[in-house]
Amino acid sequence: MTAILPAKSAADRLTTLFWRKPKLLLALLITPPLLWLGVIYLGSLAALLLQSFYSIDEFSGMVVREFTLKTYGELLRPQNYDIILRTLLMSAAVTIGSVILAFPIAYYAARYARGRWKAVFYLGIMLPLWSSYLVKVYAWKLILAKEGILTWAATQTHTNFLLDAALALPGIGGNSLSTSYIGMFLVFTYVWLPYMILPMQAALERVPTSMLEASQDLGATRAQTFRTVIVPLALPGIIAGSIFTFSLTMGDYIIPQIVGNSANFIGMAVYQLQGTAGNTPLAAAFAVIPIVIMLIYLSLAKRAGAFDAL
Amino acid sequence: MPAAVEFRSVSRHFGPASAPVKAVDGVDLTIAEGAFFAMLGPSGSGKTTCLRLISGFESPTAGEICIFGENVSNTPPHLRNVNTVFQDYALFPHMNVRDNVAYGLMVKGMGRAQRYAKAEEMLALVHLDAYGSRKPGQLSGGQRQRVALARALVNEPKVLLLDEPLGALDLKLREAMQDELKSLQQRLGITFVFVTHDQHEALSMADSLAVFNDGKIAQIGTPAQVYAQPKTRFVADFVGSSNVLPPALTQSLGGPAKWSSLRPESLHLDPAGPLQGTVTSLRYLGSGHRVAITTQGQDIAAILPSGTQLPEPGSEARLSFAPGALHIMDEA
Ligand SMILES: Nc1ncnc2c1ncn2[C@@H]1O[C@H](COP(=O)(O)OP(=O)(O)OP(=O)(O)O)[C@@H](O)[C@H]1O
Ligand SMILES: [Mg+2]
Repeated sequence: MTAILPAKSAADRLTTLFWRKPKLLLALLITPPLLWLGVIYLGSLAALLLQSFYSIDEFSGMVVREFTLKTYGELLRPQNYDIILRTLLMSAAVTIGSVILAFPIAYYAARYARGRWKAVFYLGIMLPLWSSYLVKVYAWKLILAKEGILTWAATQTHTNFLLDAALALPGIGGNSLSTSYIGMFLVFTYVWLPYMILPMQAALERVPTSMLEASQDLGATRAQTFRTVIVPLALPGIIAGSIFTFSLTMGDYIIPQIVGNSANFIGMAVYQLQGTAGNTPLAAAFAVIPIVIMLIYLSLAKRAGAFDAL
Repeated sequence: MPAAVEFRSVSRHFGPASAPVKAVDGVDLTIAEGAFFAMLGPSGSGKTTCLRLISGFESPTAGEICIFGENVSNTPPHLRNVNTVFQDYALFPHMNVRDNVAYGLMVKGMGRAQRYAKAEEMLALVHLDAYGSRKPGQLSGGQRQRVALARALVNEPKVLLLDEPLGALDLKLREAMQDELKSLQQRLGITFVFVTHDQHEALSMADSLAVFNDGKIAQIGTPAQVYAQPKTRFVADFVGSSNVLPPALTQSLGGPAKWSSLRPESLHLDPAGPLQGTVTSLRYLGSGHRVAITTQGQDIAAILPSGTQLPEPGSEARLSFAPGALHIMDEA
């Protein structure tokens, strides 16, 4: 009797093994990234959480490795509480500003741009991401400065009164745009906008035209279609984008240092506590806040039905 | 009484005027109130565009469209008393079935209790009373189709447009839905305009139908007229796959020197038949057999009932037909 099949090589035996046990191959492929995610990513997060439950000895300045809620209590001190509130408000404002700016752009790109215009759109959104973040922030500082191009343009067009009115606003105004919360808001919105546009555009792209037509067909005006069909269907994208803009603003420590009135933000506080003050537990407690806020935000969004269209 | 829908030399061209795509080209059409009207035609023949002209998602580049005597050429879709069942159903995935059906009433500002009551009524009409709280994603294709139907009917439209509504369903469900659509239409008395590329569906459901070809109407009439007396070669071939005979062959069968058509089921084997040729193919159809012979370079197909003694492929066979089965077409 002769063999019908030729003798198998080692490679054949291996592929046969994988064919018979597909889970084995999957396990081999997925283990390294899972290790990365589990150990390095989540592990460091756990270490952070652990740190925040330690405290610092006020006399020696040494970290006391004992479980305590004392550090979290410190967060509630007025000056720390102000930092948290300020960061939260700025993040919310930046997110809302980004949603408003991004929606028309994303809508146009998803529904109307075709071929070459689509390429122009992607390039326009991505191009700013290719240059250094610091360069962009410093460029904005120059644009917003008292001697900057914005003031110059306002003078030339005799619209100084608008600029002055904005700067005279209590709380968010200031000496010049580059030293005010308004300026900081503008810079934050500029640097994070692409992270809002892209997920929004992806969500809008998935809405079939026939769904908008069905709404119109049933008697809805454009405004009604927008409110009852487009926004709910784009909501998962809006939420995804807002996770980016919100958490990126909450954690940033460079923009508040360069633009604005040097008021403290969470990122800056973490930077200072960790570096100069050596108060790692408090830095860790500060760093936990954005995480908690994001979790609350997501669960609220889920409860409101934001992910129903997924 | 004005017609439900009337097209007066309506054209819809796309693209540059120098080289337009003539999706709909000079169509004249009258659809009577309460009719079940089918638009039949091959892919790309302009059926969907015609439907969109009625619903208002396309506007004519020439001609005018009247709905119940009113010129609607410049009326936006949301102001037309016409509703559509979309080919992909286009149900709103974030709303449950009840909200989907009640949508047309909600945008008109009807209160919640009232519109839900009406929605339940519509769901009962399509036998989906128990499904109001489900999301469209949790329904089967046939159920989705019914929801789309209920949603389109809730506004009590004067004309209901259906774009290949049964295209995505399997054969059995399709047949069940055909019966149901037909009886629903008769009960409600609404004018239905139904697009399909399935000739059986069009013939069995419609009161009258239009056969489209290349943006033009090739023939318009009752199913019996279109089936038995096709006006052109295209209609003869497309509706019921008739044998289309060139003038010479028609003449040899005793007709005038014109194109003619012969229905495959009107032919039978006959040793003395006038059509003689070589059997080129034999196919089993379930309900019978389809035999094709070649004569004078022309393929002629016949459908023979089960139990007939079948000729061998490659052998000679003769076919004849009942007097009057040969239909002479006007087209040169
Ligand atoms: N928006 C458009 N722009 C350009 N050409 C179009 C447009 N809509 C339709 N057409 C063209 O018009 C012709 C008719 O299209 P239509 O969709 O009406 O065909 P149909 O009969 O519904 O076909 P099917 O059975 O495949 O759905 C086609 O050649 C199509 O390419
Ligand atoms: Mg179509």
